[in-house]
Order: sequence, then structure tokens, then C-alpha cells
Amino acid sequence: MSYLQIKNLDVRLKGGGPILRRVSLDVTAGQVHGLVGESGAGKSMIGKAVLGTLPRALEITGGAIMLDGTDIGTLPPAERRKRIGATAALIPQDPLTALNPSKRIGPQITRRLVDILGWRRADAQARALELLDEVHIPDPTRVMRSYPHELSGGMRQRILIASAFAAEPKLIIADEPTTALDVTVQKQILRLIAEMQKRHGTALLFVTHDLGVVSKVCDSLSVLYAGKVVEDARMQRFFMSPIHAYSRALLAATPTYTDPKGSLMPVPDTVIDAVELEIAQHDVRAQA
Amino acid sequence: MTLLRTVLLRLITTLITLLGVAVIVFVVIRVVPGNPIAMMLPPGATEADILRLETQYGFDKSIPQQFVIWLGGVMQGDFGMSISTRQPVSTLVLSRLPATLELSIVALLIAVIAGGTMALLGTRFRDTKTEGLVDVTAGMALSIPDFLWGLVLILLFGVLWPIFHISGRISPSLDIDFTTNFYLFEAILRLRFDVIADLIGHMFMPAVALAIPLAAIIAQLLKQSLKETMNLDYVTLARTKGYGEGKVITSEALPNAILPTLTLVGVQFTFLIGGTVIIERLFSYEGLGNMAIDAVINRDLPLIQGIVILFALLFTLINLAVDMLYVVLNPRLRHA
Ligand SMILES: Nc1ncnc2c1ncn2[C@@H]1O[C@H](COP(=O)(O)OP(=O)(O)OP(=O)(O)O)[C@@H](O)[C@H]1O
Ligand SMILES: [Mg+2]
Repeated sequence: MSYLQIKNLDVRLKGGGPILRRVSLDVTAGQVHGLVGESGAGKSMIGKAVLGTLPRALEITGGAIMLDGTDIGTLPPAERRKRIGATAALIPQDPLTALNPSKRIGPQITRRLVDILGWRRADAQARALELLDEVHIPDPTRVMRSYPHELSGGMRQRILIASAFAAEPKLIIADEPTTALDVTVQKQILRLIAEMQKRHGTALLFVTHDLGVVSKVCDSLSVLYAGKVVEDARMQRFFMSPIHAYSRALLAATPTYTDPKGSLMPVPDTVIDAVELEIAQHDVRAQA
Repeated sequence: MTLLRTVLLRLITTLITLLGVAVIVFVVIRVVPGNPIAMMLPPGATEADILRLETQYGFDKSIPQQFVIWLGGVMQGDFGMSISTRQPVSTLVLSRLPATLELSIVALLIAVIAGGTMALLGTRFRDTKTEGLVDVTAGMALSIPDFLWGLVLILLFGVLWPIFHISGRISPSLDIDFTTNFYLFEAILRLRFDVIADLIGHMFMPAVALAIPLAAIIAQLLKQSLKETMNLDYVTLARTKGYGEGKVITSEALPNAILPTLTLVGVQFTFLIGGTVIIERLFSYEGLGNMAIDAVINRDLPLIQGIVILFALLFTLINLAVDMLYVVLNPRLRHA
């Protein structure tokens, strides 16, 4: 069962060049799909396109996004928002900026359950407490009454994870959920996300730079380069025999998890040139 | 403990400020030419008459001596006698203060509502013609000072379409037996809707004239900080939860974006009160500002002194209130 299916998605800068080029990917129930690629490749824009939060300067010019079987592009705006809110959720990158500084934690988890999904207040409250417990937050009742600035970064990321799972979404998009945390906390958070994802059977789209992380948590992955998916593979196959030259180069540039001291190779210029050429050809074809 | 210290420190600085203001005003109004006593006497008065009155009001003493005497009185709540009206300054000033406070607060409300609405609309429809309209309106409002807006309003709603009263505070026929000088407040408490309508009819134009520049400032600053807030992560996260743009603005962005505007509104509100001096004159509104101008024309030194001190006290209190409100609205400062 496909919870997220992106078909030939094109995103452009309004009155400018392409940002995403015919991107297709598929995330099924209970699976973790990695999205890797260098900075500026367009990883975050894929997530934003799905969640309806693309920057105003960008627009979707083609393709379809199916959330739990529904093409959200065909829904009227208000309904689309609600559908996305009920079906998908985001675990953001920076827990320090992703919580509203002037609101207590409790309402930041429960309000949308009441406002958007029509839950009873007491049910939402109980659900939030249960979730905070599930993400191993000590003394959830006190934390619910706290303001974000009273909590550490790790705590806040746990809260954001709990909040993402609150409405039992089909799909969760985690956009580099550990890069803003310090190294010791990173591992715990990573483990927590994986654990929550398994328990809830959610489809997870996991955006990262780090192939090492991908190899630990993902079942499959897409490699993105300059807005184009250059490889889409099951995890094992990818690490055994990457097809695309860019993927191979990316792998060579990543310390393996079996041999963390293994030699590091930067992505060679020749490979970059080859990929650039391929993308240029793609653009020519797209314009024809 | 720290809070107590802050408050104490604040009180001390307030007192020093007020003392400084008193000294400056006291000296300035005494060194500028113009003899208050000569002005209150009929043209044929003799030197002896003038001298007698000067002694009575203490003007024969040196300025430092006069100041000490005045300060001694103030300590006991005695601000001296008005020369032109021969009534205690404190009575006069306190009888006019409510009128000015009511006018200023109504003007502030108008400014906050109009400016806030403009900022919210400009943010909701940012990068469209609506935002452009908000910018142009605010720019125009700011390019003309409040008293000129007063003249424009008089021409529009006093002459062209005479819907509002152009002078005074209340129609004599409706001047019910007020127990306080807070007419509007009292009329509201007594549910006298006819009186409320009449008071508003008088207050509307001066209040709007005072409000226009402040409304424009609020519109510009609040819109700016709302737009910045709209790009923050927690606002984006709220969008993914299914909230519409309007709701995101009012419930996620506004509570945070309002803080810098609040500080500015505090400062600007004191400017607005300063503006009442000319606006009250323009609309013959019986407030403190109007009385201040009379006092200056009559060289009524004790009265000028009293009014200035009261204005200074009012300004410091407003700043104090804004600082406290800032702490209340900002959870990060609440426990500090
Ligand atoms: N607000 C915006 N306006 C115009 N272009 C933008 C905007 N935001 C991003 N882009 C462009 O979209 C492209 C993809 O950006 P995106 O943030 O998706 O990259 P990313 O793969 O997530 O990179 P990173 O690993 O650094 O997060 C970039 O080339 C960027 O220049
Ligand atoms: Mg990104």
C-alpha cells in the first residue's frame, strides 16, 4: 500500500528555471525511504511540495502527488490543507525554532487534534500525555505546561516527534531531523524515530546528507542530484551495486558504517560533469 | 527579590526624571521675557501694585529660592495657585486630566484597531495589490502631521458633510450631572447611549486626527514583523498541520510579532498625548492640552509648571506599563 506516491513532479522557480525535474518516488506503509543528495539538490523542496509549504517563489508545474491514494493536487485548497494535516506530518530539522516560543507545549501538540480533526479536548490531552511518555519524556504532565525555552534541544525534538505522530498520520517526512542536535543526542533521536515508525507502521520519508544514517534506518532510497532522481533503489542493492555513477561516487565519499576509518574520496569532478551533461540532455528533451 | 529591586530602581529613576523636568521647566519659563503679574493687571496698574503681587506669588525671590519653596509645597501636594484663574493648580489640572485621558485612549484604540487591521490584511495578502495599498495608505498617513489631519477632517466632516461636532466635548443639552470628569467612562457605566453618542460625536475627529499617524506606524511595523515571523519554522510547521493562512497569522505569528510593536506603541502613545496640546486647541476640546496653551499665553507660571509635571508623570507611567506588559506577554522574561 503506497502512502506517498510522487509521479513526475516538476517544480520551478516562478518565471525561472527548474528546481525539481520529473521526480517520482514511492513510500509504502511501514517502510522508510531515504532521500539523499548534496546541499541544494532539492530534497527539502520535495517534502515541502508534499506538505503544501513550498516557498512562494516556487510553483508546481507538472506531475501528481498522491497521499494515501488521493491526488492532493485535485482537491480545493482548504480541503487539501486538511487532508495533508490529517494524513501527513513533518519532523522538522531544527527543534529550537520549530516550536512556538510564546505557547506552552501542551496546546502545541493538542490544538490541531481539536481544531482540525475535531477531537474532544480531553481525548487530545490524554493522547498527548501518552505520546510524550512513548518518546521517553520524563514527567509529561509538567512538560505539557512548559514553554519551549525551558526545555533542551533533545527534549524539544522528542516533543516534535510525539507531535508528528499525534494524529496517526500515514506519512511522516523527517527533514534532516538530527543535524541541529549534538552528536550524543543524534543517535538517540534517530533510534527513537525508527522505533516510533515501526510501532505505528507509518511510511517515513527520511531526508538526509548522510549515507551512513540511511544505511541504518532506510529500506530504500532515492538519490537526488540537481532536482533529478538519479537512482531509486532498495537499500541492499544500492550498497552492493549502485547503478548510477553519481551514486557510486557518493558512496565512495561516505565512510562506511562497517569501516568508519575507511578512506574518504570526494565526488570526482568527472562524475559531476557527466551528471551535469545528463541533466542538460534531460532538459533539452523536456523542452522538445 | 530581583523584581522588587527592578521596581525600586524604576521608582528612583522616575523621581529623578521628574525632578529634572521640574528644574528645567521652572528655570526656562522664568528666564524667558514676559511678566506674568503685569499681564494679569489692568493697563493702569502702578509699580506698587505689581510689586505687591510679585511678593505675594514669590516672584521677588531668586529662582533657586522659588524652586525650593515650590518643591516644599509639592511635597505636601500643593502645586501653588494659578495666577490667571486664582484657583489651586492641582484642582485645575486634575479637573482637565480626564478629558485628555479619554481622548488619548480613544485615539489609541482607533490607532491599534486600524493599524492592526491594516497590518493583518497586508500580511494575509502580502506581495499583492492589497499590501501595496496598505503601504501607500500608511505612507500618506505619515507624511502629514496630526494637526493637519485635524484640519482635513474639519473640512470633510465639519464643513462638506457636517456629521460630527467640530468643537467642544459635549452638547450643553446633554451635559448630565456627571460625578467625575470621565464623561465617556461614566456615560458608559450609566448606559446613557444618547450621551455616549454625543461624546463620541465630539471626540471622533480629534481622536482620528491623533490616531492616523500612530495607526500608520503600527501598520508598517507590525506588518514587517509579521512577515518576518511568517517565514519561521514554527509557522511552517503549523501550516503542515492543516491550518489556513488567516489562522496561522493570528494564532501563530501574531503573539510573537506583536512584541516589538508593543514597545514602539508605548513610546508613540506618549507622542500622541503630546499631540493633544494642539489638537485640543484646534477642536476647542476642554482638556489639559488646551489649558496648557492658555497657561502659556497668560504666562501662568504655576499652572504651566503643574501641567508639565503631570504630562511627565503620565509619560513615565505609560513607559512603565508597557515594560510590564512586555514581560507579561513574553514567556521568556516571565521567570527572569
Ligand atoms: N525560497 C526560495 N526561493 C527560490 N529558490 C529556492 C528557495 N528555497 C530553495 N530554493 C532553491 O531550491 C533548490 C533546492 O533547495 P532545497 O532546500 O530543497 O535543497 P536541499 O536538498 O534540501 O539542500 P540542503 O541539504 O542544504 O537542505 C536550491 O537550489 C535553492 O536555491
Ligand atoms: Mg534541505
